[in-house]
Amino acid sequence: MERTTLDLWVGAFVVAGVGALVVLALKVGNLSTYNVSESYQLQAYFTNIGGLKPKASIKSAGVLIGRVTDIRLDPQHEYQAKVTMSLDKRYQFPKDTVPKILTAGLLGEQYIGFEPGEDEKMLVNGDEVRKTQSAVVLEDLIGRFLYSKASSNSD
Amino acid sequence: MSIVNSLRTIGHRTVNAVWRIGFAARFFAMTLFYSGASFRRFRLTIKEMFFSGVMSLIIILVAGMFVGMVLGLQGYETLKRYGSESALGSLVALSLVRELGPVLAALLFASRAGSAMTAEIGLMKATEQIAAMELMAVNPIARVVAPRFWAGVFSMPLLAALFSAMGVLGGYVVGVVLIGVDEGSFWSQMQGAVDFRHDVMNGVIKSFVFGLAVTAISLFEGYDAPPTAEGVSGATTRTVVESSLAILILDFILTALMFGSN
Repeated sequence: MERTTLDLWVGAFVVAGVGALVVLALKVGNLSTYNVSESYQLQAYFTNIGGLKPKASIKSAGVLIGRVTDIRLDPQHEYQAKVTMSLDKRYQFPKDTVPKILTAGLLGEQYIGFEPGEDEKMLVNGDEVRKTQSAVVLEDLIGRFLYSKASSNSD
Repeated sequence: MSIVNSLRTIGHRTVNAVWRIGFAARFFAMTLFYSGASFRRFRLTIKEMFFSGVMSLIIILVAGMFVGMVLGLQGYETLKRYGSESALGSLVALSLVRELGPVLAALLFASRAGSAMTAEIGLMKATEQIAAMELMAVNPIARVVAPRFWAGVFSMPLLAALFSAMGVLGGYVVGVVLIGVDEGSFWSQMQGAVDFRHDVMNGVIKSFVFGLAVTAISLFEGYDAPPTAEGVSGATTRTVVESSLAILILDFILTALMFGSN
């Protein structure tokens, strides 16, 4: 068994291929932005989540602080949607923080915006957020507008 | 009389096709069974990786570059209408990593390396080299077929990754360097859109499956080729046609499984 130039070529090929995968993972993909810092879980109930999806971002003041991990309907809780959120442990929020479902741009995807409250106690892992604001449904909005229009005309 | 004859032909073809499928399945099982030698004597597999992988590099790299450049150009023209040129990076990267990288690399691999494998084995059979090996108590499946099979299976994901990386580079050259899309938003939108596990790894799995299918088809067609000049040429043609169809059909099935339901 001796080393041949053929081995060199095959070795270079394998190194280049693995290198391309690493480039795809780090430069093209988001592996480098996966934060290794620990996270904590919070739950919140919404009457309507609109188009929110798992893995949607959670932002506070526009800064990405976490992701939605799970969405399910909870029949035990007035048939509301139970949203589980995973937040970066570096960011702590007061107990009366209000999560709102917002839309990025006019037609963009939906995300959760955290509006911090003023409570002295902080939310910890497994807590449930009390007050939430659901997604704005366009049909409801139009319906309400038409209703108010009609009632003001009849006066 | 002619009805009986045509019925007879249909029946003969059907039986033949089923027979061939059975033989192909046994051939594939034998290849896996006798794969031990291609790992114990890894030199054999390395040699075949040189012929199927390294020699395909140039066509893969050049094709990837130009596919990325076309994506950059076409994507820019369309995205410009909606004022979202900054999404060019995610468009180029997502379409390459999920679909075009694995599929086009596999199509190129089938027509470049797959057809060569079929012709080589077909000619070995036509010149009775395979029969000579059997006379010398050398198992041709273990010595000839299995190393080529594993070389193809190992090479294909690497080639697809290189194709995608070159394509992203091509999209960058056209989008950022030539047209002038903002470089920061090009990369950050791309990183925001491409998920490592969901997109990159699924692309790798796809190209692995395509490599498996293409090499299995090429080797079987070569081994099954009638030992004549026409037989070998027909088998080479069938390899390219069958592999291309297999790649596209498998791509649909895999895409439906991976990205069908979020």
